[in-house]
Amino acid sequence: MKRSTIDIWVGVFVAAGFAGLLFLALRVGNLTFSTTQAYQVQAKFANIGGLKVRAPIKSAGVVVGRVSDVRFDNESYEAIVTFNIDTHYQFPRDTSAKILTSGLLGEQYVGLEAGGDGVMLKSGDRLRLTQSAVVLENLISQFLFNKAAEGKSDKDGKDGK
Amino acid sequence: MAELLGRLGHTVTSKIWRLGFAARFFAYTLLHSGTALRRFGLTVREIYFAGVMSLVIILVSGMFVGMVLGLQGYETLQRYGSSEALGILVALSLVRELGPVVAGLLFASRAGSAITAEIGLMKATEQIAAMEMMAVDPIARVVAPRFWAGVISMPLLAALFSAMGIFGGYLVGVQLIGVDEGAFWSQMQASVDWREDVLNGVIKSVVFGVAVTWIAVFEGYDAAPTAEGVSGATTRTVVTSSLAILALDFVLTALMFTGGNAR
Repeated sequence: MKRSTIDIWVGVFVAAGFAGLLFLALRVGNLTFSTTQAYQVQAKFANIGGLKVRAPIKSAGVVVGRVSDVRFDNESYEAIVTFNIDTHYQFPRDTSAKILTSGLLGEQYVGLEAGGDGVMLKSGDRLRLTQSAVVLENLISQFLFNKAAEGKSDKDGKDGK
Repeated sequence: MAELLGRLGHTVTSKIWRLGFAARFFAYTLLHSGTALRRFGLTVREIYFAGVMSLVIILVSGMFVGMVLGLQGYETLQRYGSSEALGILVALSLVRELGPVVAGLLFASRAGSAITAEIGLMKATEQIAAMEMMAVDPIARVVAPRFWAGVISMPLLAALFSAMGIFGGYLVGVQLIGVDEGAFWSQMQASVDWREDVLNGVIKSVVFGVAVTWIAVFEGYDAAPTAEGVSGATTRTVVTSSLAILALDFVLTALMFTGGNAR
């Protein structure tokens, strides 16, 4: 085969290969060259459940940032979660953070609920109002204990009569 | 008994000798790849034989693998009422595992065996010895261009395999079965991370490309210069590189995808 034909085919092959890579990165991996600035806010949680780094932070269902770090505080024995929030979205200083689960068995995310303070959060601030993740086992045991207590009090009531 | 022990020892030493020779050969190829990069035409010619000629088998098998994933994934997911997650299933399994691994296996049997047979035959017909007589370094002239062609082609082929597979999964899942198109793509985009998943898949395919072509050129160069020797070397190339791909895949997966979850 002639040299130039080979060159053309190799060119086509390499171009197709890079097109494939680009497809994977852009269409499948959703790579965006966004250089949006983010500010960091910390929050302490008694229990983060299954929250992971890079989990979404949502407010009113819209993704406004991502969890950038999860650490354990040795002094208060609580988890310190760092949020990276897009600078497009400003929140009042008394915003509260909850750890929620999407669906029954879905991944966990952070829900922000804006407060009423006039002063906005800035980088390095710490959220005061937090609500821990709901741990299914705790919920079930609470339910069972309540049921047991109810049953007992019913019995006691009957005995009293 | 003594004879048995002696034979065992001989086998082990010869295997280790071959491993050392292969490592030395690899280092020598890397050191003498200047020609392959300076006279890039040589490498381009080999990319044609290793990469372009493997395109058809890679594209067709990628398509079918994706279509099978679409069918099987839908069957399983719809039991849990989450057939919209089909996009995630198809994309993640292709980009992380099946793309690099299956493309590597196909590449080993399509291009690796051809490289071994070609170099082995060159040796059997004393072309390599003739080059040495003419003071042409056969490793720089014959081996290095083939090696670099394989290393360049393999990630491109793996990317095409994955892209084709996702397209196949889309065809079956969305067009044939009727999974919602928006959910298919958006769920895929939401959970495939380009660095964690796509880039790690590319790294895997580069590693497989190095392993497969290294084994292929070494087996060819080391083949006994007979018809039997060349056929044996070709078989060994396919067997060894397939095993190497699967073993390396385990190691790479353990390194790449468990570190993130442990945090």
